[in-house]
Amino acid sequence: MLTNIVNWIDKRIPMTETFNKHVGQYPAPVNFNFWYFFGSLAMLVLVNQILTGIWLTMNYTPSGAEAFASVEYIMRDVEYGWLLRYMHSTGASAFFVVVYLHMLRGMMYGSYQKPRELLWLFGMFIYLVLMAEGFMGYLLPWGNMSFWGAQVIISLFGAIPVIGDDLTLWIRGDYVISGATLNRFFALHVIALPLVLVILVFLHIVALHEVGSNNPEGIEIKKPKGSVAPEELSKFTYHKQYSEKYDIVDAVPFHPYYSVKDIMGVVGFLFFFCAVIFFAPEGGGYFLEKPNFEPANPLKTPEHIAPVWYFGPFYTILRVIPDKLMGAGLMFGAIVMLFLLPWFDRGTVKSVRYRSTAHKVNLIQFCICFVVLGILGTKAASPLNNFLGMVTSVGYFGFFIALWFYSKNEKTKPLPERISH
Amino acid sequence: MKKLIIALVALLPTLAMAAGGGAPTMKAPIDLTDKESLQNGAKLFMNYCFGCHDTRYQRYNRVARDIGITDEQMIDNLIFTGVKVGNLMYNSVDDEQGAKWFGQTPPDLTMITRVRGTDFVYTYLKSFYADPERPFGVNNSLFKDVGMPHVLQSLQGVPTAEFTTDADGNRVLVKDEHGLAIITTDGSGEMSDDEFDIAVRDITNFLTYASEPSKLERQNTGKWVLGFLAIFFILSYLLKKEYWRDVH
Repeated sequence: MLTNIVNWIDKRIPMTETFNKHVGQYPAPVNFNFWYFFGSLAMLVLVNQILTGIWLTMNYTPSGAEAFASVEYIMRDVEYGWLLRYMHSTGASAFFVVVYLHMLRGMMYGSYQKPRELLWLFGMFIYLVLMAEGFMGYLLPWGNMSFWGAQVIISLFGAIPVIGDDLTLWIRGDYVISGATLNRFFALHVIALPLVLVILVFLHIVALHEVGSNNPEGIEIKKPKGSVAPEELSKFTYHKQYSEKYDIVDAVPFHPYYSVKDIMGVVGFLFFFCAVIFFAPEGGGYFLEKPNFEPANPLKTPEHIAPVWYFGPFYTILRVIPDKLMGAGLMFGAIVMLFLLPWFDRGTVKSVRYRSTAHKVNLIQFCICFVVLGILGTKAASPLNNFLGMVTSVGYFGFFIALWFYSKNEKTKPLPERISH
Repeated sequence: MKKLIIALVALLPTLAMAAGGGAPTMKAPIDLTDKESLQNGAKLFMNYCFGCHDTRYQRYNRVARDIGITDEQMIDNLIFTGVKVGNLMYNSVDDEQGAKWFGQTPPDLTMITRVRGTDFVYTYLKSFYADPERPFGVNNSLFKDVGMPHVLQSLQGVPTAEFTTDADGNRVLVKDEHGLAIITTDGSGEMSDDEFDIAVRDITNFLTYASEPSKLERQNTGKWVLGFLAIFFILSYLLKKEYWRDVH
């Protein structure tokens, strides 16, 4: 009976074929480690955001007069509304946690290098859209930090010469942040950006499956056809798209091997995720900021306007540069640098395991700078903080510039032929 | 080398964190499961605070259910504005009138403990002291020059703070070893100091409840969720191990 149904569908749409190609018979390197959980976790959080978002939309009112009260209505009068809201607000932060770790993974193992440049670019566009999504979503509760955070960020565009003022007016749809701004942000947050996000995630995965997954060793599991002795070949069956073109070694089919492993990752992640949702939904004031528990008030500036933590690194770069235009330029530049990473790195060895000490030190200093920049972004400005911000900004940009220089003739270790496992 | 890196990684964020901090507060000894305290807090709140402040995001009947009284008890004792029990808790002061009387509209207090913190609210209510230079004759050592009168004065009595003069000859509050002002009362209130502390605790408890009525349910559900996930994690680990046996 079931076979008949499957046959019926397969005659009309390539269901089994697609499943085998991308899941059941997709060759994944056998040596994925802890860092490889975060891709599937990002998908999980995306689904969480979409589902809880849909249910929140059912009771949320996008208007300046009612938005704040409607969020409290969800928190108090909607059955399990508090759970939906906390899942969504914690999910926003969790999204950035897993995406940052996912990006770090890519940087450690050179997953952005040829031939995976486009895969990296799609990922970066996802990150960019995610930041826009997070920023616009943050305005919707219409709390006081929502209001002032948006005020500060939108005013950045005013630094652009000539068109700056008109541009900020165009973004806000009003001379100040108002119900008009709230409404357009709502439209973008609930439909436009999520749609783009889902399309980009689709493209990200299409690109991944075209070039194949990288792994912690940074060596290929697809060898030229005929170059591997038959007894050395991976013992599993792979889709002919892969096995006809290549000799596949040291691989397992994604399903069931990585599907069961990812379930473990998902449960482990959910443990921490739920610990925050149920026991610390405010995330110590970083996930839900205190001033956001009072409604937007154009006459009352919060003592210390801080963007949400995930914008921290870029906000610090903006802040430590005394010139507003240059600060804004460098802030956007910091993201552009990430986009261009595949071209800054002129090396051919992918994994940090086989790269020079210079690269290891450079990558570690980059991580430290990024974390410190992030922390500083949530703190009030002070001479010490500004100094630290300057130093770490230099460290951030320095990573890319140094990489470009040393990667050309880098002293790397010899790569192994095969993944040992 | 590795140790040095670890030390650096550990040190840098700490350096960046070494800033911030607000005014010192007392720890509020509240207990959200103490229904009696919540009921007393609700009674005090409705009688002494609600005249000027709203808690406009919560409903009377939800409060009644959560603090353990019936709708009838709520209607008979705590609804002063004559509205229905399912209504949101608005007071009868117009926002603009309030702004005229006090300089600014008395803020809504539904989420005040989430904005300011539970300890802040507790300490604030205990930090009023007589100050003839202020319009209402009182000032507050935690919230300097606050525009609010000491509404609990009939309960506490007239509070007096200790002053001293600093190097520049300015009159400043004497602070104890915790950084808190030293405030004593003249005994003219209806309550003893201990009774007053309990009253303030109960108001704070009620406001903490009001800021997030689902908090207890959240934490209770959370225990089950985490317990389930912990067991599920073991099972998922065993499942993974079983599958991967034929790879290794």
